[in-house]
Amino acid sequence: MDKIKTIIRKEWAEVFKNRMVLFTVAFLPLILTAIPIGILITMGGTGDLNGAASAMPEQFNSFCPANLSGGDCFQAYMVSQFMIMFMILPLAIPATIASYSIVGEKTTRSLEPLLATPITTAELLVGKSLAAAIPAIIATYAAFAIFAISAFIIVPNKLLLSALLDARWLLAVIVVGPLMALLAVNISIMVSSRVNDPRVAEQISMVVLLPVLAVFFGQLAGLFVINRQFIIISAVVLAIIDIVLVYLAVRMFQREAILTRWK
Amino acid sequence: MITTDNLTKKFSTILAVDRLTLDIQEGEVFGFLGPNGAGKTTTVRMLTSLIGPTSGTAVVNGFAIGKDDTNIRRSVGILTETPGMYDNLSADYNLRIYASLYEVKDPKGQVEKYLRMLGLWERRFDEAGTFSKGMKQKLALARVLLHEPRILFLDEPTAGLDPEAAHLVRDFIAELRKEGRTIFLCTHNLDEADRLCDRIAVFKTRLLVIDTPDKLRSQLFGHKVVFHLKAADENLATAVRALPFVKESKVIDNKLLVTLQDDPETRNPDIIRTLVGAGADIQFVGELRHSLEDVYLELVKNA
Repeated sequence: MDKIKTIIRKEWAEVFKNRMVLFTVAFLPLILTAIPIGILITMGGTGDLNGAASAMPEQFNSFCPANLSGGDCFQAYMVSQFMIMFMILPLAIPATIASYSIVGEKTTRSLEPLLATPITTAELLVGKSLAAAIPAIIATYAAFAIFAISAFIIVPNKLLLSALLDARWLLAVIVVGPLMALLAVNISIMVSSRVNDPRVAEQISMVVLLPVLAVFFGQLAGLFVINRQFIIISAVVLAIIDIVLVYLAVRMFQREAILTRWK
Repeated sequence: MITTDNLTKKFSTILAVDRLTLDIQEGEVFGFLGPNGAGKTTTVRMLTSLIGPTSGTAVVNGFAIGKDDTNIRRSVGILTETPGMYDNLSADYNLRIYASLYEVKDPKGQVEKYLRMLGLWERRFDEAGTFSKGMKQKLALARVLLHEPRILFLDEPTAGLDPEAAHLVRDFIAELRKEGRTIFLCTHNLDEADRLCDRIAVFKTRLLVIDTPDKLRSQLFGHKVVFHLKAADENLATAVRALPFVKESKVIDNKLLVTLQDDPETRNPDIIRTLVGAGADIQFVGELRHSLEDVYLELVKNA
C-alpha cells in the first residue's frame, strides 16, 4: 500500500506541473458546471412557459412530477440535456493525466529504473490508475455538488429541485462516473504503450468521449431520454467493458512488454 | 554471488543471449564487454529480474531468477543506461521516491548521506531537469545505492560524460569496490574496464572469452619486451631467439623486440644476461603492452 501511495504522490507531483493537465482538472469542471447553472439562472425569470411543454418529447413529460408546471418541467428538461456533461469529466481527466503520466515516463526512460525496484507491476498499475482516476472522480463529485448547492439556492420550487436532482443523475455521477474513469484509464494505458507523444496519446484516448457525445446529441435531437433504466444499463455495460479492459491493460503492463515492446 | 547456467534469451526469432554460463565471486568487479546489440543489456535485465529468460537458470545473491524476483530486485542496484530521472521533481524528491520503493528504513538519512557523498547536497531542492549530464549520472548513482545493495549492475556509467565527470564516477566505483561490493560493469570504455575490473568477459550473443585483462593480453598477443640498445644487429636477435622461452626476436632500428610466452619479470634477467654476454649495450628496457582495445577488437573480429 505504501508503494501505491508513493506512486500516486509522485504522479500528482509530476503531472500537475503540466498546464494542460491543470486546465483539464481545474477549469473543465467549472466550465461544465457553469452551463446547467447558467440555464437555471436565465430560465428562472422567464415567466410562464406553459406553452413550451408541448415542444418537449412525450417521454420527458413522464419524468415531471404531476404538480410541476409546464414551465418548470421545461426548465428541468433543458437542464437535463446538459447534465450529461458531468459524464465528460470522468473520461477527459483520466485520459489527460494517464497519457502525460505514462508517455512521459516512456520519453524520459524512467520506467526501467522504476520497474527495477521491488514494486510489483500490479502495484505500479494500480498506483498509476488511481493517480489518474481519483482527481477525475473528485472533480466530478465536486462539480455535481456545486451544481446541487447552486440549484438549491437558485430554485425555490422544491418539486423542480427534486426533478433536477433526480436519482438517475445521482446514480450516474456516483456509480457510472467511476466506471467511466476506469474505462478512460485503461484505454489511455493501451494507447500510451504505442505512442511517444503525450498529446497524441491524449487525443487518441479522447475517443472515449464519443459515446457520451452521441448520447448528448441523441437526447438533444429527441431520439431518446436518459432515464433510470438507461443509466443502469450503462453501468452494467461499462462494468463488463471495464473487466475486459482491465484484463487487457494488465497483460500489456508487464515488465517485459514495457521494456521490449513499448517503443 | 552471481551464477548463471546456460542462460538464454530469445525474442521471437532473435537470439539475444545464447547459453551464458558465468560465476562471479563476491567483491569482484566484473567487466561485461561487447559491441552494440551484443545482448549485454538483455543479460543485465535477466539478472536483475526485469525480464525472464527463455531457458537456463541464474542465481543472484542466493535468489533464483524467475522464483525470487522481488528479493533479487530488493538486493541489487541497477544503474540503467539512461538515468531516467523525473526532471520536474527535485533531486531530493527523486531519491525519496526510490527510498520508499526500496523500503529503506531511514530514507531521510540515506538520501542525505548519498547526496553529500556525491556532492549534490547543495542542489538537493533543484529540479533534476536543471542538472548537467554528469550530475544526473551522480544522482542516478545515489539512487542505486540508497538501499545499500551488495551487488551493483552498472550499465555504461560514464557514457557521454566529460573527462572530469567520468573520472569522478570511476573514482566512486573504485571506492565501492573497496567496500567489497560486487560490481557487474557493462562498458564500452575499455580503458575503464582495464583499470577497474578484476575479470572481463567479452560477449557477442554468446560468451567469447572470460579472464583477467592481463591473461587475455598474454593469451592473444603474448608478452612483448623492447630492449633499447646502443647498436642492434641480427646476431643479438639470434642469440636471444635461442633462449627456450622466447617466441620471437627481431631488430627494429636500434631496438630489439622480444616476444615471450612467460611473465617478463621472471625472464628479463636471463635475456639481459644473454645480450650483455653477446656484447650489447642496453640503454633501456620496457614492456610493450597491448591495450584492452586491441584484445577486444581481436576477439570480436573473430567471433
